Amino acid sequence: MDQTLILLTMVGMGVVTYLPRLLPILFLSGRTLKPLMVAWLRLVPPAVLAAMLLPALLVPEKRVDLSFDNIFFWTALVAFPVSWKSKSLFATVLVGMGLVALARYCGLGN
Amino acid sequence: MNEIQPSSSAAVFKGVRRALPIVLGYVPIGFAYGVLAGKSGISAANTVLMSLIVFAGSAQFIAVGLFASGTGPAVVILTTFVVNLRHLLMAASLAPYLAKWSRRRQAFFAYELTDETFALHSTTTRDLSDCPLEALSLNVTVQISWVLGSALGVVASNLIGDVKPLGLDYALSAMFIGLLVSQCTSLVRVATAVFSGLLATALYLAGWHQFHIIAATVAGATFGLAVEQWTRR
Repeated sequence: MDQTLILLTMVGMGVVTYLPRLLPILFLSGRTLKPLMVAWLRLVPPAVLAAMLLPALLVPEKRVDLSFDNIFFWTALVAFPVSWKSKSLFATVLVGMGLVALARYCGLGN
Repeated sequence: MNEIQPSSSAAVFKGVRRALPIVLGYVPIGFAYGVLAGKSGISAANTVLMSLIVFAGSAQFIAVGLFASGTGPAVVILTTFVVNLRHLLMAASLAPYLAKWSRRRQAFFAYELTDETFALHSTTTRDLSDCPLEALSLNVTVQISWVLGSALGVVASNLIGDVKPLGLDYALSAMFIGLLVSQCTSLVRVATAVFSGLLATALYLAGWHQFHIIAATVAGATFGLAVEQWTRR
């Protein structure tokens, strides 16, 4: 594809990415929300993070795979307690990437 | 906008420091993106510009694949919109804590609202409300690392065949694990996460490859709220 067209497409991507990030802040920040709404919004972080994470861990290809070939899943079983104990995002990321690299070095996964 | 308080440099510094765990994840993921884009025929300038203009990890990876396969602009933009629509919920979730901020700062903050900055800010909502400088400094730091990682990836794309042996493709999941654990401060929140995660997986298996995240988030937060209200009685 032509690089100028790619650039223009990227500008479009930027606009449709920015608006959902911006509009709720502009429209909701000045209002007093109902307590029930605030309680619901407080539960969005754990819900959205889990919704992004779990499919990536459990479904590497088109089906659920809990075999040893799915190193993302097995690494997570270590990374979760590491994160829980250490309370450190830094340690979690290092251990996670390190274990995946190690597993591949040992010929596991793909 | 420009009032300089004695503590402002301290706030900026604190923001940079708090950004470091995300930087550790963003540099490798940005690098992997840069390698991939460099190999797919997108120019070096455009690859780095996308990290500046769009700044959304998963959408950028998907766009690279679409560009490489010759997909037209309309489909690329529409796909990006759907993939990034989840930020609507994140922005809504943080909005109450930005009430005291100026409009200009809100607009700047929103530009760098990613999954990771969102998750970090939502664990420290009081800081977010009281200290815009710290939050903005955190955001800017992570975007710089994202752009830098992308640029390094472009440079290395001729030298590196595959990023998998380095485990770089796990950086995103590892970050999500750490951020999710920091969110699980009560049983209700754990239940919310488990419900939402399993539902997202089920929807994904059923063929919902983009909307599964938003649908599961809405259902999961509603489920959690119901549990919370019910157990309170």
